[in-house]
Formats: sequence, structure tokens, C-alpha cells
Amino acid sequence: MSPAVALAPVHQQYLLQARQMQALSFAVHIPLVAFGISFPVMVLFVEWMFMRTGDPMYRTLARRWARVMAALFAVGVITGTILSFEMGLLWPNFTATFGSVFGLGFAIEGFSFFMEAIFIGIYLYGWDRLSPRAHLACGIPIVITGFTGSLTVIAVNAWMNHPGGFRLRGGKVIDVHPLTALFANTYLWHELIHMYIAGYIVTGFLVAAAYAFGRLRGNWGRFERTAIAIPLTIAALAAPVEVLVGDWAARDVATTQPLKLAAIEGVGATTRGASEHLLGWYTDGQVKYGIAIPHLLSLLAFHSWNAKVTGLDTVPPSQQPPVNVVRISFQTMVGIGTMLALLGIFYLVVRVRRRRLPESLWFYRAVVLAGPLSVVALIAGWTVTEVGRQPWVVYRVMPTAAAVTGAKGIPVGYATLVITYILVGGAVVWILRRLARAPLDVPPEIPPQAQPAY
Amino acid sequence: MLYVLPLVFVLAGLVLYAVLGGADFGAGFWQLFSAPGERGQMIRDHAHHSMGPVWEANHVWLIFVLTVFWTGYPVAFGSIASTLAVPLFLAALGIIFRGAAYALRAGASSARELRMVDMVFSVSSLLVPFALGTMIGAIAANRVPVGNAAGAMFSSWLNPTAILIGVLAVGNTAYLAAVYLAADAARSGEVDLEREFRARSLGAGLVSGAIAVAGLVVLHADDHVLFHELTRGTPLVILIVSVLAGIVTLGLVYRRRFEAARLSSAVAVAAVIAAWAIARYPVLLPGLTVRQAASPHDTLVTLVVAVLAGGVILFPSLALLFRLALTGRFDPGAAPASGVAAAPAAGVATAPAAGVAPAGDGTPAAAPGPAAAPGPAAAPGPAAGPAQARAPAALRPGPAASPILTRVAVACLIAGIGFLNVANAGWAHALGVLSLFGFMITAFLTIVPAALAGDGSGL
Repeated sequence: MSPAVALAPVHQQYLLQARQMQALSFAVHIPLVAFGISFPVMVLFVEWMFMRTGDPMYRTLARRWARVMAALFAVGVITGTILSFEMGLLWPNFTATFGSVFGLGFAIEGFSFFMEAIFIGIYLYGWDRLSPRAHLACGIPIVITGFTGSLTVIAVNAWMNHPGGFRLRGGKVIDVHPLTALFANTYLWHELIHMYIAGYIVTGFLVAAAYAFGRLRGNWGRFERTAIAIPLTIAALAAPVEVLVGDWAARDVATTQPLKLAAIEGVGATTRGASEHLLGWYTDGQVKYGIAIPHLLSLLAFHSWNAKVTGLDTVPPSQQPPVNVVRISFQTMVGIGTMLALLGIFYLVVRVRRRRLPESLWFYRAVVLAGPLSVVALIAGWTVTEVGRQPWVVYRVMPTAAAVTGAKGIPVGYATLVITYILVGGAVVWILRRLARAPLDVPPEIPPQAQPAY
Repeated sequence: MLYVLPLVFVLAGLVLYAVLGGADFGAGFWQLFSAPGERGQMIRDHAHHSMGPVWEANHVWLIFVLTVFWTGYPVAFGSIASTLAVPLFLAALGIIFRGAAYALRAGASSARELRMVDMVFSVSSLLVPFALGTMIGAIAANRVPVGNAAGAMFSSWLNPTAILIGVLAVGNTAYLAAVYLAADAARSGEVDLEREFRARSLGAGLVSGAIAVAGLVVLHADDHVLFHELTRGTPLVILIVSVLAGIVTLGLVYRRRFEAARLSSAVAVAAVIAAWAIARYPVLLPGLTVRQAASPHDTLVTLVVAVLAGGVILFPSLALLFRLALTGRFDPGAAPASGVAAAPAAGVATAPAAGVAPAGDGTPAAAPGPAAAPGPAAAPGPAAGPAQARAPAALRPGPAASPILTRVAVACLIAGIGFLNVANAGWAHALGVLSLFGFMITAFLTIVPAALAGDGSGL
């Protein structure tokens, strides 16, 4: 098969820097996506509780969270815009060659994003200015677009991993069916569900972590207990379910992208009844210093004791992904994910059997850690998907090196973006601290009481 | 003619971005050129508050233009983005800093912080339209050949024609913003601000017009072909319409008919873009016609259907947003819709300051709070007893969960594991995912409201 390129191929000295720049932009954006997916649901639930009970505490909570949601959405808008710019800035030949195949996904996402921006504007500025019902209703499109946005963008990513819906002739794309390419792709569904649930885990644990941190510093009133119970319950339910979804995802990867599985597990040579290795380091075609569990990989990936697992040596080294990056990222994601699931199960057991929140300070210390760790797991998971696809941008169709821009100055752009994102990151931390420290805006009908700050 | 439709959408999106987003960027322009001190602060605040609810929606027009363009004309997109990487990256930086400034302004409290945030906002608001304008100029001046970064890295967009368009774009944003902000001030009855922005509209309109006329001279010297194309036949007629619309707008602003002025200024912008497009047609880039650049038939059909269907959802929503914004429903202190205030009983049960109060983390904000407010409704809520003053006392068992929901949750979980993790068929996986979502939702409804019901003593 001749490589597909619409524009004449170029040599780019700084391909690795271009990839890192893309990875940085992606790592910055993806936690904000997690908030975009799930935070509106939490805010709306709290607002709905206010409408149901009339308890002004819920109103206060919903409004405080909505402010955080607004700030994070604004930052997500810009980091997402950067990603779309980079489609042209860094990978013009990818877009030029396959824009007709995958572009539609982003065009639909554009509308989704449009609706999200419109209704988030109405929602945020509409407090007290719309009727309570209308206000709540304006939040619903935000929840829906949180899903449709993920659906369309992940459809593109799934297509890059499992391309279809077109044919190649002489490096040109013909016979294009964009809907088939994007939405009739079996690979889409596990990626979508895995990410969608991850959104709830990350947001749930991060929000809970903020209140758990307050708990350790003695801020523990009814407001705080409610504010931690909602995100923590969501995350605690989502984290074990994510383990089940992850199992499904791994089995899909095993059949569709055997080389990615081989990189994830460090399988050098094709093996029957392959062992699963915990920890260790991949070198010379095998995992060294790891703990091997016989037959487990075959069992997990193919539900069969002696199933054949394809090894990396079935392709030349130039077509193998960087194994240790993929493998360590995968183990990080699974390790953190398992701990989060256990923490969640512990919380659920206490909640259901004792009908209260856990009392141990160690639990709250663990929740404080769980917040940032869930972000690490999220980024590690995407690293597995993206680095595990290398050296291809479109799996087995277009090498990443053929997609990259011929423009000069990538290192300059990369350095500038790093500095910019450090500034933006600092700004986000600053604004979140400001919002957290604002006094609780309890409505005037409430008896005057001193309110803890967080 | 199917292959032209996406381009028509792109140009329409460009006009809307120039008109709506332009007003948004121009707000930053006026923030930069407002005097320091209280009066200037008033102008800066007005510019910010008018744009707050709509800026994100305005910004999405750019995303619309990009995505439709790269789906409909991928090779042209790749060529433009790679040759014009520098201005595109500058625009990206400007967009980052602007968006961050919007987010930050919500947290800025002191005058110094506000000034800093506004400064970042203003500078980036000038940078973005200039950079995007030079890109349009570079395309217009045929400096973008087909290919991966085949054009010159700097001289493609740093030439008289491109710079001219960049400057015009900035002038255009300033002008549109002044009209928009004057209208907004008139609506909310702020006479001073209205006068200020009316004067600015007239000034910016005249200056923009002067730049445009001077620009024709630049164009004649720098890019004679483009000049020639623009000044004959249909494009010339449309350009004259644009000039007339500009003059009409000035008259309308002068007579304080701001709403109409907004429309006619949009016509002026749209006419310039239309004239350019018609003068250029059928060429997209040198040696590449629109037809050659267009995606295959299926993609075009799907794209056009998607855009039309999207528009059916989009435009009513946009109309709702702008109706609320333009009729002043979002103004600070706009009449609240009543009915929310009926919060019965259930006072906030957080402990009185003595017990649990946070060891004041030093922010002045935390200290005063509502404690000082002599509430008229000082009757304590039923449940807000001192029992909850200390955390351990509050951790009493809550009511038991609903047994039926619990059983449904457990059943969903078992079904989910069976379908998703044991079975291998695609349909089983779909059922499994649905079951697991059913589990999470029912379990959440079992656990959380049981605890949150009543006075929340379960927590």
C-alpha cells in the first residue's frame, strides 16, 4: 500500500517536539473535558434538590459550583480551540489527506460546542432572572452536549485507531463514507464509555478532594458534608464500573489492535497462554524484573487459557510503538484505577451499612490524594491509546511522520506553549482558590450564622 | 454546485464571526484605549459585562469556520494552516490569553488585579483580529500556494496587502464594538456611557473608512491583480453597497438608532467579504479551484445536511441567548423572577462560629460573611440545633435506603457484569453498558437522596 498523502511529503526535523506539543495540549485539555462531561450533571442535581426541598443550602452549593463550572468551561474553550488549531499547525497533511473522512466529526462537534456555549451563557447569567424551572431546563442541553461532544471527538479518535469508510488509490482517498467511518466503527463504543465514565471519576474525586482537604483542616458542617457526599458517591460508583468497562476495552484492543496490546503487556514474541506481568521493564523482547502471572493475559484478553497473543516481533522494529512508555502508562492507569475502585467500594460499604460518611481521617487523606491521582490515571490512559498507536497517526494507513507540518519553528512554538500553559495553569489555580475562599452566599432568609469558608 | 455550498457556509460563518466576534474583540480595544481611573474603569466594566454572556458563543463561529473548511476543502486547509502557521499560532496565543482573562475576571477583586486582567484581555483582543486578518490578506494576495508549508513563513503574511487587511480587521472590531456597546448602554439607560460609545463609534467608523480608502491605494501598488479584480463588474457593485452601508451606519449612529446601525454595519462587513469571494471565484488557492479542492461527493452531502440540521437547532438557541442578552435580562440587578424565595424551614445547619469555624485562613472575605447581617427571618430552622455544632455528633445514621431501588441496582450490576465482562457479542456489550449505567443511576438515587432528605442528619 502506498502511503496516503495529499500534500507532498516533507522532512520535519522536530517531529518528536511536534508530538510532545500535541501531547501537552491534549493533557492540559483532557481534565477540563472531564469537568465538561460530568460537572453540569452534579450542578443540575443540586439545583434540582433545591427545587424539591427548598433548602437554600442546595441553592448556595449549586451557585458556587456553577461558578467553578463557568471558569473551567472558559479555560476548556480555549484549550480545545488550540487543539483544533493544531490540526493545521502541526498535522496539516493529516487533515489535508483525511479531512474529508473524519472532518465531519469535528463539524458536528462544532455544533455541539455551540449549543454548550450558548446554554452555559444562559445558565450562568440566568440565575434569578429566569423562572427556576426554565433555569434548570437550560442546564439540560449542557449535559447532553457534554455527551455528544465526547461522542463526536472520540469517534474521530476511534477512526484513527481503527480506520474505515474509505479506500486508497495512489495515495488519494476515494470512496469516502464519513458516517460509516465515524459512527459505524465498533472501536468507538468502548473508548467513548471508558472516557465518559472517567469524566465522572475525575470530577467526582477532584471535587471531593477539595472538601476532604477542608475536612482535614476542620471545615465540616452540613454544607461541607453534603458537598462531599454528592461527588464522592458518584466517583465511588463510577470507579468500580470503570474497571469492568476497562476489561471490555482491553478485549476490544486485543482483537482490533494486537500490536497495541503487545506493547501494553510487553509481549515480545507471539505466545500461547501468555503471562501477565506486573511492574518490570521491557527490554530485549521481554519484561524483566516483573511479577509474572501465568496464562492470565490470555485469559483476560481472550477469555481462554491458551489463547494466542500476538507479539511485537510480527512487525519490524520501525513499526513498533515505544513499549515502555505505553506499558508504564497502562500500569499506572490500572494501578490507580484499582485503588480508586477500592476506595470507592469502601466508601459505598460504609454509606450503605452504617448510613453515614466514613469518620476516619485516613479516609479523607486518601480522598485528597485520589483527586489528583485520578487525573494522572486519565492522562496515562490517553497516553496508552495515543502512544500505543504509534508510529501511525491513522493506524496502518498513515505514519505520523507523513502527517507533520513542514513549517519551521516548532521548538519555538513548543516553548511558547509550555510557558503559556504554565501561566494559564497558575491562573486556574488562582481563580479556583479565590472562588473557594469566597464567603458562602447564603440567601437573606436564612438565620444569620457564621459560615465556614469552604 | 454542491461543492460550493460548504464554502458559502464558511464565508457566512466568517461574516458572523467578524460581526459578532468582532464586537467582542473590539470591547478589548476600547478597554485598552480607555483612560485610567474611575471613568475608564466604568468603560472597561461596561465592555466586560456586555460581552460576558455571549463571548463563548461568538467564539464558536471560528471553530465552525475551521471545521467546515477542513471537512469540505481539506487540501486547501492544510496548505493555508501550514504556510500561515505563524499568524495562526499568534491568533491561538491571543485566544488563550483572552479566554483566560474572561475566566480570571470573575475572581479579580482589587483594582490592580482588574487592571492587569483587562490589560491582558485588551492586548490579546488586538492581536487575534490582526493575525486572522493578515491570514485573509495573505490568501487574498495569493501568497499561499498548495502544499505543506510551501509558502514563505513570514513574507506571506507580512506584506502590505496582508498587513492592511489585519489593520482593517482591528479597526472593524473597534467600530462594531463601539456600536454594540453604545446600543447596550442606551438600553440600560446609562446616558454617559452611551454618549462615550456613540462618539467612539463615529470616530472608529470614520477612521476605518479612511483606512479602507487608503488601503485601495496600497492595494493598487502592492497587489494590482486583486485591485483590478475588485474594481470591476459585480464585486465593484457590492463594494459600493458596502461603502453605502458604512455611510448609512454612521448616519444611524449619529441619530442614535443603534439597533439598525448594528444591522447595517453587518451588511457592510458581509458585502466586503462577498465582493472578495466573488472577485476570486472559482480560484481558492493559486492553481486550485474550489471544485478541485472540494471533498468527495458523499462528504459534501453529509456535511451540508449536518450544517443545515445543526442550524435548525442552533439558530433558535442563539436567538434565545441574544434576546435575553440584548433585552437586558442578564444585566446585574435585573428583576429577579420571583418564586425562588419560597425556601421553607430547614435553615443551614452549619455550626455557629464558636464551634467548627474554620481557623480563618487569612482571607478577609471569609471573616465578615453573613454573620453580621441582621436577618429579618431570624427564626431558626427546625433541624438546625446545636446538636450539629461538632462534627462527630452530626454523623448519626440516616434513614434506610429504599429496598426496591436497592434490588434494582444490584440486579443491574449483576446483569452488567454478565453482559459486558462474561459475554463476547457486540449486542451483549451494549446491554451490559446500559445495565451498568442503570446500576450507577439507581445506586446513586438510593444512596444520596436517602442521606440528603430531611435535614441531612444522615451526613
